[in-house]
Amino acid sequence: MAQTQTDREIDRSHMHVSDQVAIEITDMNKWFGSFHVLRDINLTVYEGERIVICGPSGSGKSTLIRCINRLEEHQTGSIVVDGIELTSDLKNVDKVRSEVGMVFQHFNLFPHLTVLENLTLAPIWVRKVPRKEAEETAMHFLEKVKIPEQARKFPGQLSGGQQQRVAIARSLCMKPRIMLFDEPTSALDPEMIKEVLDTMIELAEEGMTMLCVTHEMGFAEKVANRVIFMDAGQIVEQNEPTEFFNNPQSERTKLFLSQIL
Amino acid sequence: MENTSFVRTEMLPETEPPRSTTGVLGWIRDNLFNGVLNSILTILSLAFIYYLLSMLLPWSISPTWGAKSLNECREILGATGREHGGACWGVINERWSQILYGFYPEELRWRPTLTFFLLFVAMIPILFNMISRRMNWLLLVLVLFGASFAVENSALMVVVKIVLGLSLAYLAYTVVKTDRDDRAEQIKEGAKRLPNPLYFTAIYVFLMPWLLWGGSIWSPVAAALGFLVGWLAFRLLAPIAGNLASLILAVIAAGVWWLLLIGPFTGLMNGLAPIGLIPVESRLFGGMLLSLTIGVVAIAASLPLGIVLALGRKSDLLIVKWLSVGFIEFIRGVPLITLLFVASMLLNIFMPPGTDFDIILRVIIMATLFASAYMAEVVRGGLAALPTGQYEAADALGLDYWKAQRLVIMPQALKISIPGIVSTFIGLFKDTTLVSIIGLLDPIGLSSTIRADLAWNGIVWELYGFIALLFFIFTFLMSRYSMYLERRLRTDHS
Ligand SMILES: Nc1ncnc2c1ncn2[C@@H]1O[C@H](COP(=O)(O)OP(=O)(O)OP(=O)(O)O)[C@@H](O)[C@H]1O
Ligand SMILES: [Mg+2]
Repeated sequence: MAQTQTDREIDRSHMHVSDQVAIEITDMNKWFGSFHVLRDINLTVYEGERIVICGPSGSGKSTLIRCINRLEEHQTGSIVVDGIELTSDLKNVDKVRSEVGMVFQHFNLFPHLTVLENLTLAPIWVRKVPRKEAEETAMHFLEKVKIPEQARKFPGQLSGGQQQRVAIARSLCMKPRIMLFDEPTSALDPEMIKEVLDTMIELAEEGMTMLCVTHEMGFAEKVANRVIFMDAGQIVEQNEPTEFFNNPQSERTKLFLSQIL
Repeated sequence: MENTSFVRTEMLPETEPPRSTTGVLGWIRDNLFNGVLNSILTILSLAFIYYLLSMLLPWSISPTWGAKSLNECREILGATGREHGGACWGVINERWSQILYGFYPEELRWRPTLTFFLLFVAMIPILFNMISRRMNWLLLVLVLFGASFAVENSALMVVVKIVLGLSLAYLAYTVVKTDRDDRAEQIKEGAKRLPNPLYFTAIYVFLMPWLLWGGSIWSPVAAALGFLVGWLAFRLLAPIAGNLASLILAVIAAGVWWLLLIGPFTGLMNGLAPIGLIPVESRLFGGMLLSLTIGVVAIAASLPLGIVLALGRKSDLLIVKWLSVGFIEFIRGVPLITLLFVASMLLNIFMPPGTDFDIILRVIIMATLFASAYMAEVVRGGLAALPTGQYEAADALGLDYWKAQRLVIMPQALKISIPGIVSTFIGLFKDTTLVSIIGLLDPIGLSSTIRADLAWNGIVWELYGFIALLFFIFTFLMSRYSMYLERRLRTDHS
């Protein structure tokens, strides 16, 4: 597995984990048809935490974080995000979704809109921000991900790394309190992985609550405050990164780490 | 083994492509004669084209424009020594206006003509996004100014002409004087913008039937007011009753207006200010006027209806889903002619006696339903081609179902479906000729009438050729427009 080392020292001055609960998942189960994909998940995420979720393919990592903004429905147990419980009540769902940003493996930018329009769409239509203000915010975040000059282009005209940074900026424009990342770098070439990881590190430095499914163990070691290992739909082990990598407890974790490191 | 290492020391300069691949000769060689098979095909095609033209051209170049009957044509041709070898264009010269307008009263034909030109003015802001507001309004005033000359002269018309002429001159002056960029600058600095031309498009929806069928002006005004009533009801109730409830109440309010209050309102207004145009009955409509009326209205209505059906078919609500599927499958399974017969005969049986349900309106409804079933499938194809990631991204940003559809899904799905949508439009437009089966005089129906005239008995090619040409003009424009639109909406490369 590629390990992309970021050369920069991490500025930890704003990385605090508060004791405010951001996400509370209790006894959550999910089935796809008769396939039990998530089993008895219990997870509490505090504000300011940077959690990396790893595990073998098909272990349910994507499904877990997609449950957090209800792209997937869970069947039993409860998920409370920012004090709002996710039920079939669509109002709650839309509220949670506007508080939680999500970045996908395949970017999922809207190809018929320019970069700027991609960024302003949700603020204008969901948050009812005036267009001018939305565009200013959008330019601010484009500068943050270092591609303000691409604002008028269409996503199809950008490189993969640039597209993923636009996707991150698009989520940030909604001023989310929590960011979910589902393998944001695994569709990218190595040099592009670095630019995306740098963006994510900056975000972490500002104290954003983040849940990242990723195989970038370098990123996990440097940035995460907790690493969660999943296998067969269960949380098998979680620990702070140095312990997790140097002193894994379960056999499955040891096997997994031996395969990817 | 030889040493294969190699380092370039000098970069190569850019050079011209070889002569034989550029210019006319290069093009001919590349596109017509590259290879034996291609050369043979090229020669065969050229021979075929030559054969066709050698038959068509002498036939169509024929000095019969002034002939008053088929016999006269034959005499003219006989005098030039080509008894059967020429077209008889006299029939087109004598009857072209009938093929265009049917039996629409001659002195009122300026009304459909004006409607036709206004149609373009109304469509431009929808079809093209690069035309400026000023150009659009200029065009509208130009068409109205032209039309004012077709109306009988009276003191009022003189005033109208002067007003239109002056505003035309003024608009033209501003367009010539300030170019678009200057105007954009002025607007940035706070200069007043002209109203959005889409307002005229909205008005046109009500203007069109009034111009074509005539009658009191208060009927279209009252119909339009129904929307205003609904909108007002929604605006007033939304803060109190919530969105969905007030939407339903607004629809009810508009319905009450249309069903119960329209009669008294038009009666009252007609008493106060009896303004109107001479009414024209539907049975007088004919020719291209009839085809275009049915075609344009059905085209405009079938796209939104088709979108709704396509969404219904994909809906999670089972009843909505099965209704949509049932409707689509039923309509697609029945020939259009059957539906037209239902429109012309059966509907009368189901209607309460005494209701006068206009035959053209009935045909329009059937044609719309027919086309919308096909449209729904075309749009569904576009929806299916969208990756699920687009839905997920829209969801994850917190867009609700309708906003996601409107802003993210539909723009992409419709763009993918453009070729299919336009094919459906073209098919629908050509299908309007089927109304001749239920006795309406579309161009094909009229051609039978014309051939029943003793003077023109025996004419075939000239009439059908002319009608084909008229249809071809419109369908070709549609297909060109769709290609333009596809090019305009391409965003995958610079
Ligand atoms: N929509 C679905 N319907 C049925 N089964 C599904 C669906 N989505 C995922 N699964 C199954 O659920 C299991 C977990 O999938 P998930 O995508 O969460 O895995 P993952 O840990 O993200 O794997 P990867 O590292 O390959 O992305 C897999 O076995 C997958 O086949
Ligand atoms: Mg996954």
